[in-house]
Amino acid sequence: MARVVIQEAPFDLAAESAALTAGRTDIGGVASFVGICRADDGLSAMVLEHYPGMTERAIARIAAEAEARWPLSGCTVIHRVGRIEPGEPIVLVLTASAHRVAALESCAFLIDWLKTRAPFWKREVFADGRERWVEAKAEDDAIAARWDRAA
Amino acid sequence: MRLLYFAWVRQRIGVAEEEVSPPPEVTDVGRLLAWLAACGPGHAAAFADPRQVRAAVNQEFVGPDHPVKPGDEVAFFPPVTGG
Repeated sequence: MARVVIQEAPFDLAAESAALTAGRTDIGGVASFVGICRADDGLSAMVLEHYPGMTERAIARIAAEAEARWPLSGCTVIHRVGRIEPGEPIVLVLTASAHRVAALESCAFLIDWLKTRAPFWKREVFADGRERWVEAKAEDDAIAARWDRAA
Repeated sequence: MRLLYFAWVRQRIGVAEEEVSPPPEVTDVGRLLAWLAACGPGHAAAFADPRQVRAAVNQEFVGPDHPVKPGDEVAFFPPVTGG
């Protein structure tokens, strides 16, 4: 079972990684992805909203798919919502496995599918007061599609 | 039927959720969207281009042909941009 958390507060990568491996001697590697807010085009903040309830279900389903595809020992997904400023972390994906390939591949899979299959929306706020909803990118769909396979 | 709106769909409509009782001929997501688009200027603006709107029924992503019925929770929103 993956640990899935939606929260406004920042997260602690080291603490989350330590919690995933605490007391375990069967884990050979932990892979991590941390998504960070960039200051593109004078951006002063990003405001994230989500669909409470559906978000947790959607991420749990993506994590269950990862656990079906790779032999995982543990998995943590933390996604922040609310106001996030440039340089701050937005999302954390951790995967633990006996071997590196499963950890690294499943980590990439989780963030790729999360970007296209979990109900979050980003609004950009600029220094001059302008606001703009981030548009979904076809590139993200193409990246996520590399994990598609016949059922 | 409970409707939820997110991101610019919510902003254009002006509310985050509402209860509606569509007529019996509104049997799927596509017909619900078309019926809502005629409910007022905010709704019309939100649903002007249905290709830009995604939907979920009872917290599952669905397409326009998915059935809707009284008691469902139906959400409309733009393509997702998390991560």
